[in-house]
Amino acid sequence: MPVEVRLPTVLRQHAGGQPSVQANGGTVGEVLEDMVRQFPGMRGQVVTEDGTLHKFVNVYLNDDDVRYLDKLETKMADDSVITILPAVAGGAGRT
Amino acid sequence: MLRLTRQVHARLVGHCLDGLPLEACGLLGGDPAAEKATLCYPTDNVAASARLYTVDPKQHLLADRDAEARGLELIGVFHSHTHTEAFPSQTDVDQAPDPSWHYVVVSLRDLAPVTRSFRIVDGKVSEEPVVVEPR
Repeated sequence: MPVEVRLPTVLRQHAGGQPSVQANGGTVGEVLEDMVRQFPGMRGQVVTEDGTLHKFVNVYLNDDDVRYLDKLETKMADDSVITILPAVAGGAGRT
Repeated sequence: MLRLTRQVHARLVGHCLDGLPLEACGLLGGDPAAEKATLCYPTDNVAASARLYTVDPKQHLLADRDAEARGLELIGVFHSHTHTEAFPSQTDVDQAPDPSWHYVVVSLRDLAPVTRSFRIVDGKVSEEPVVVEPR
């Protein structure tokens, strides 16, 4: 059964402007892989080529950041919703 | 241009002052077409640093949902520079997540806080006017 993946503004351009898409998979990683299969423009934007979460995005399963669950191995339930948001960071840095 | 309600402006500057001596940060919500922030979401700086900030990811999720529930969107981020001018650093430029966002920097270097706003697109920074409106 497909689950909803909610997209940040920057990724919507790769999905025809849709704010969310449907994708299949038993784990978060499988769902994201299916999403990239459908929308190849997202390749490398959420999951890196070495198969880990990109450091500039946060991925949530319902209310929880998957980095604090089982990361991409986190198991899905039928009513789960995945939300992808950009990691927001910066600062004055070394000045 | 970035338009801020007086309440949003006061809230974001107040949050930056409250965060001293560390950098403070938060998110702005509003109507992207109107380029107006009507919601201010002060967040924790999980980097807990005077030189860096990271918006608390969970608070970001809650702010995103709240803005959406109001028919609005997150349209930008603000943070303070405690000892430097209100201009995006290379760190800010390198980590700017969304070219459609407004990047507000509040300098607390001098006694009076200075609020400026920028667009950051493909690594290029351009300043935009900030207008504070009554509501």
